[in-house]
Amino acid sequence: MAVERFVIEEGHIACFARSIGDANSVYYGPDAAAPPTFVQSSAQWDPDYFLRPKVGQPWFGSGKNPSGITRAPGGSGGGGGGGGGGTGLHAEQHYEYHRPLRVGDVLTATTKPGKTWEKEGRRAGKLIFSESVTEYRDQKGELVVTARGVGVRTEKPVEQ
Amino acid sequence: MGWNVGDTHEVALVDDLKRTQIVQYAGASGDYNPLHTDEVFATKVAGYPTVFAHGMLTMGMTGRAITDLVGVESLTKFGGRFTSQVFPGDSLTAKVTVESVDDGVVNFTVSTTNQDGKEVFSGYAAAKA
Repeated sequence: MAVERFVIEEGHIACFARSIGDANSVYYGPDAAAPPTFVQSSAQWDPDYFLRPKVGQPWFGSGKNPSGITRAPGGSGGGGGGGGGGTGLHAEQHYEYHRPLRVGDVLTATTKPGKTWEKEGRRAGKLIFSESVTEYRDQKGELVVTARGVGVRTEKPVEQ
Repeated sequence: MGWNVGDTHEVALVDDLKRTQIVQYAGASGDYNPLHTDEVFATKVAGYPTVFAHGMLTMGMTGRAITDLVGVESLTKFGGRFTSQVFPGDSLTAKVTVESVDDGVVNFTVSTTNQDGKEVFSGYAAAKA
């Protein structure tokens, strides 16, 4: 993932804070701060983000049929592609904050793949983990947030 | 503010999680994976009993338990593992414990559990004391 412009906007932060059930006044208004997990929503600014329906392209969610396409698109990192028995799930997420994020900041995000490893799971068959590290930088090129995500692809759905 | 190792702070994060809140999170975060919002896809294609919440919704809600204590601008680290899935109807509680205080930094462990006491998020946070 590479995001050239992640514009930190008042309305976006407000919608995000509402969605996580947080009414703290610091997240609302023209000088709002961003909640700790807000950078995850940089997906909205990633033109290629694979878990968003795109104009003119097939989407794997249900319509006439349970899935819009027979084979789900691949993917990596924190998300999941779905399709078939196994799915991609988010296993871990870690953030380091170098300075607070506020309305008016314009960030870039660059993601590099990290380690991958395998494990035999008790509830979902073979598990393939993959790590990615995303650096969010401000207008001056200074690091604002470092995010490390771990995604896991499961062989079958997680047993409940 | 004085921090004492072992002090705990419990916050009820959500009572009877609604599918609509999961939709709300999908729209705000930009993660529209149908596993989270599309019952037909989640059950018939992916093989789950119903849709389930984004791990990041659980982590986002859990963040409030920490920022209510320390303030978002003091936070230096926040992370953890998603240990179980969260389904519509679940009620979540976060427990934040002061693990250590040193050199102007307070370290917390964070555990979010569901109504059955099952842990769904296991993590940590650090903030400027």
